[in-house]
Amino acid sequence: MDLVSIAVKAVFIENLALSLFLGMCTFLAVSKKIETAIGLGFAVFVVLAITVPINNLLYQFVLREGALAWAGLPDTDLSFLGLISYIGVIAALVQILEMVLDRFVPALYNALGIFLPLITVNCAILGAVLFMVERDYTFTESVVYGASSGFGWALAITALAGIREKLKYSDVPDGLQGLGITFITVGLMAMGFLAFSGVQL
Amino acid sequence: MASEARKALFEPLISNNPIALQILGICSALAVTTQLSVALIMCLALTSVTAFSSLSISLIRNHIPSSIRIIVQMTIIASLVIVVDQILKAYSYDTSKKLAVFVGLIITNCIVMGRAEAYAMKNPPWQSFLDGIGNGLGYSVILIIVATVRELFGSGSLLGFQILTPISEGGWYQPNGLMLLAPSAFIIIGLTIWVIRALNPEQVEDPDFEMQQAHNSNAHGATIATTSKGAF
Repeated sequence: MDLVSIAVKAVFIENLALSLFLGMCTFLAVSKKIETAIGLGFAVFVVLAITVPINNLLYQFVLREGALAWAGLPDTDLSFLGLISYIGVIAALVQILEMVLDRFVPALYNALGIFLPLITVNCAILGAVLFMVERDYTFTESVVYGASSGFGWALAITALAGIREKLKYSDVPDGLQGLGITFITVGLMAMGFLAFSGVQL
Repeated sequence: MASEARKALFEPLISNNPIALQILGICSALAVTTQLSVALIMCLALTSVTAFSSLSISLIRNHIPSSIRIIVQMTIIASLVIVVDQILKAYSYDTSKKLAVFVGLIITNCIVMGRAEAYAMKNPPWQSFLDGIGNGLGYSVILIIVATVRELFGSGSLLGFQILTPISEGGWYQPNGLMLLAPSAFIIIGLTIWVIRALNPEQVEDPDFEMQQAHNSNAHGATIATTSKGAF
């Protein structure tokens, strides 16, 4: 039950894109076509589902205060090294994922194209990792949290791409054209997602 | 001061604003703006990280092999962010609690990375430093506008001082709770972009489709200049 509530919270109530504003740059720049949006959403989902649990292990067994007790160093607190290790893990994982996909699933690799390397600098990934650390999730919880927050992000970008595909036929005032109207659209979507905030499990 | 340096410093403020035009660094721009004081700290943190990362990357730009430059830039930026994070924790613990994960997210803020990649790799240190400060200030301008509107109308105060007395304390102002929630930030930035582009018509983007003007000989698309976008 606890896990279900983490999942629902991560997908709808605390949606990474729409209520925590994470991964916004990519979110706005790569949401012009539904196909590319789905590809990117899927890539983010995969990377989040892998990196959050791995960083969770790293945090629990190496970085947190007293975590090195198994190595005979009970007084060591390496948590200040957190940021640099998480981003290192993310960058390395994205690189490995890229090579594995290229070798074994070339179709998917070609579909994701340039988005895969760009995910390293997507704040949604690092953001989710930092939230995982801040909320002190266990390993199982971090698996659920990583996967469902990735799914929520993918859902949001796909929905926005759908809206933008229709929006390009409308007559928008000059100054709002492009980025401006996209922001306002996202604002309205975020308002829609606020409706989920009453959901409690 | 040479004109090149002045350009690096002042151009990003309005005419080439990182948020409004280049679509960089939007994530944190929205999340930390419910209170002006928090937003100011965030601006300070981001500006110093951008300036010093540009400076250090520019200093070693001729020694970085291009195949691993991203990871080198990442390491420099991450180390600077750790310094900022530790300073905040030491001297302003409450604010660092409020900013929570968003200080850490400066690492993945596209402004820092984008300026390192686009400017500092090609230009001498002093100019890169100014470019970093300029872009940090451009980011700050938007953040301060958004935070002012959100704090003033959301809780009736500015920097914690009560300006519009809310009804609950005997005043007349009914605080607008929506301002403190996520959607308002998006809409305020959207409107800010509208204002900036209304003042600088050359920033207006090309529409994907033109309305067909049945009986209008005036070429509708002729007045639109191209705009450059950030890579991500």
